[in-house]
Amino acid sequence: MSPSVPLQEMIRAIRSARTQCEERGVIQRECATIRAQFRQADNEGRSHNLAKLLYVHMLGYPAHFGQMECVRMIASPRYSEKRVGYLGAMMLLDEKQDASLLITNSIKNDLANSNQYVQSLALCTLACMGSAEMCRDLAPEINRLLRASNSYIKKKAALCAVHIVRKVQDLGELFAPSARCLLTEKNHGVLHGAVVLITELCECNPESLERFRKTVPDLVQIMKGLVISGYSPDHDVAGISDPFLQVRILRLLRILGHNNEAASDAMNDLLAQVATNTDSTKTVGNAVLYETVLTVLDIKSESGLRVLAVNILGRFLLNNDRNIRLVVSQNILTSAATTQKQRISLCIQLYFSFPIPPSRALELSLALVSASNIRSMMKELLSFLSSCPPELRSQTASGIFIAAERYAPSQRWHIDTILHVLTTAGGDVRDETVPNLIQLITNTSELHCYTVHKLYRALHNDISQQPLVQVACWCIGEYGDLLLRGECQEMEPVQVTEDDVLDVLEAVLQSHMSSPSTRGFALTATMKLSTRITENVDRIRSIVSIYGSCIDVELQQRAVEYNALFKKYDHMRAAVLERMPVIEKNSQGHTNGDSTGETIKENLAVKVKQAEPQQAANQVCDLLDLLGGSEPPLQSSPALGSTAPLPVGTAGTAGGDLLDLLGGLEPTAIMPVSVYDKDGVTVTLSCEKQSDSGLSITLTASNSTDSDIRGFTLQAAVPKSVQLHMKAPSGDSLPARGAAKVTQMVVLNNPNKVVNLKMRLRISYTSQGSAVQDTVQVDSFPGLGH
Amino acid sequence: MIKFVLMVNRQGQTRLSRYYHPVELSRRAALEADVVRCCLSRKKDQCSFVEYKDFKLVYRQYAALYIVVGITDSENELSIYELVHNFVEVLDKYFSRVVSLNRVKNSWIQCQGVCRSLKHLK
Repeated sequence: MSPSVPLQEMIRAIRSARTQCEERGVIQRECATIRAQFRQADNEGRSHNLAKLLYVHMLGYPAHFGQMECVRMIASPRYSEKRVGYLGAMMLLDEKQDASLLITNSIKNDLANSNQYVQSLALCTLACMGSAEMCRDLAPEINRLLRASNSYIKKKAALCAVHIVRKVQDLGELFAPSARCLLTEKNHGVLHGAVVLITELCECNPESLERFRKTVPDLVQIMKGLVISGYSPDHDVAGISDPFLQVRILRLLRILGHNNEAASDAMNDLLAQVATNTDSTKTVGNAVLYETVLTVLDIKSESGLRVLAVNILGRFLLNNDRNIRLVVSQNILTSAATTQKQRISLCIQLYFSFPIPPSRALELSLALVSASNIRSMMKELLSFLSSCPPELRSQTASGIFIAAERYAPSQRWHIDTILHVLTTAGGDVRDETVPNLIQLITNTSELHCYTVHKLYRALHNDISQQPLVQVACWCIGEYGDLLLRGECQEMEPVQVTEDDVLDVLEAVLQSHMSSPSTRGFALTATMKLSTRITENVDRIRSIVSIYGSCIDVELQQRAVEYNALFKKYDHMRAAVLERMPVIEKNSQGHTNGDSTGETIKENLAVKVKQAEPQQAANQVCDLLDLLGGSEPPLQSSPALGSTAPLPVGTAGTAGGDLLDLLGGLEPTAIMPVSVYDKDGVTVTLSCEKQSDSGLSITLTASNSTDSDIRGFTLQAAVPKSVQLHMKAPSGDSLPARGAAKVTQMVVLNNPNKVVNLKMRLRISYTSQGSAVQDTVQVDSFPGLGH
Repeated sequence: MIKFVLMVNRQGQTRLSRYYHPVELSRRAALEADVVRCCLSRKKDQCSFVEYKDFKLVYRQYAALYIVVGITDSENELSIYELVHNFVEVLDKYFSRVVSLNRVKNSWIQCQGVCRSLKHLK
């Protein structure tokens, strides 16, 4: 076994190793030696061995086998061994290790030792790695030491107390009185420790905060002493007397003065003095000034002081040292205390003095936008959008949209801004922008002409930005007639022919840059134009039929449906494709976003799937017979009758369709009236006037018997001149004892204003195996007035 | 609050590390490597304050030695910056020349003792 090498030799050996591999070899050999010697319990070189081990640990190699040795050395009576033992404990042990419990007793004994250096070792170690149990055990000891006569010990005890309070907050109460006394010390080390302790106590316990407010005068006194006093060689750092203590005291004053008038008043003078007297040519002075400014802005200071603080911030921004500028710029946004005007002036200085990162600039600009400066700020933001790095584009775009929505001075400005964003950064905007924009455009009816012209021009220039293309297609489809009319008050007239428009739409359809949803928009727009233009309907028909065999299933389905509209349902085409109603502004939760763009498709889906009218027609025929009007009812005319009100009522029921599709909102009943009550089955009726001649009725059925009812159906008949449309019921079975209800909506259209509107209801169901059928006549409708 | 103090040389080797928050040994190496990479790659005209994960780094270069201090958000970065300088001045006075080699050669246990004094500003 090689003799133990002195520490310096080992260090030299390690440093002379040229490669990592060599170094590892040297260290492994040394570690093996050390391990062997630990086992030997050799008395002489123990501290050296441990020191070597600690050095190895510092370089990053595993050294956990030294833990027990640390424990043993701490217990040793010799100071040199204790010292290295405690150092090892601080470096190798932490509260997760079991060995740390073993040193609790040693620490306790050493705290009571007469030698102050031994005491300080124990205090340091406890402050470094004391676990919660150890702290609880030893807290009274520490408290006693806080009142010791030796300031060296007091300093260390204060730091230990800070650690204890951080670990076990309940023990804070124990230290509060002693902490107060420590403030009268002259020794800066003790003062510093005391201030940190008080800060810690105040932060974790609001009652302590109250109690320590009384110390504000003392703190002010200490601070004044530091600021005014002359040169003190012990504490001088670049001309400032103990700046670290000053910063600490300022921070404590900030905590104590926050939200408290009395405390803030007491500090006003001091803060003004510090702000004016501190030398700001060196970083040290600036550090103290910065802390002062933060304090002034955070407490309830008077306005003169605030102005002073903001001026200092402004001066910082013009400072040559970029560190200071960075620190201040980070703080301007977050400091809620500065007013808007002050913020703006600071930001302007920032802009001119310092190249700040673009993301910071964006955040600042967005935070500064307000109703009064929206126009100028928006110009800046839009130019930023065109020049900003690509990763910031979408953030900028959404910021612009939010700002525009909140502060838009006029509709036209709003639309212009959004169009500008779409043309500049169209690819980076988020998906919800398209439906939001469409909603906005629909709602500003007076600007339709202007909007569609602008969009057409934008589309003409560039069909690659998908959101822009989608919005433009939608608008051209909706307001194509306005576009073709050519005149528009707000823009120079440009003659646009139908061929031009169709060319553009076809280009979008065929372009490889268009996404599938964009193509859908374009196809629907083309279809809508068929009612708005006069000459090129054939061209539209051919376009639509081509896509009937498109690979994309979505497009194919649309094309087929539109084809059907041309062929079989040509009479309905005009009605189906007419202008959209004004959309209600919905919250984000709804899927309205999707349906606004697709509403035409939904309407078509409801109508093209005309399976229902066939059944309804049959039933209506029967009931019409019942009512006594015997005329040869054509299959088609009731069908027509039942669907004819649809186009007129599209405006009203389109909303209803939407609502149904979105989750079945029932119209609120005025007063439900019971129209049928027999054998435990009740049917109530409530109605709501939709328009002058339209009425929507909700029939609700429930079952109060003990057995379930299946196959529950309702049929209705009305006088000849009234048109009836029954929507699908919510279900056809009624569970027993009213567990659930069945509802069905019926829409009546009374264009001839037939007085004495009556309705006959036939109710059929199966209960306990037997079929039941019953008829009832409804003579009066609640809410109608007759 | 100071979270840790590191002294690193140009090659990225840690010469001194002191943690004031419990960090597992296994994670220390990774953390140090990451932090050091962050600081060594910065140019001369960039700030000494870096935002790293959820805390801030304050670093200063002295010849071949980098001193990096990790602090929480609530700490005054300028004062820590000055503290680092103060620390180096103290070492300088005590060991007569702050160079990586010398510091290690002399009794580095005393150096650890000075580190303990940094707890003042914990």
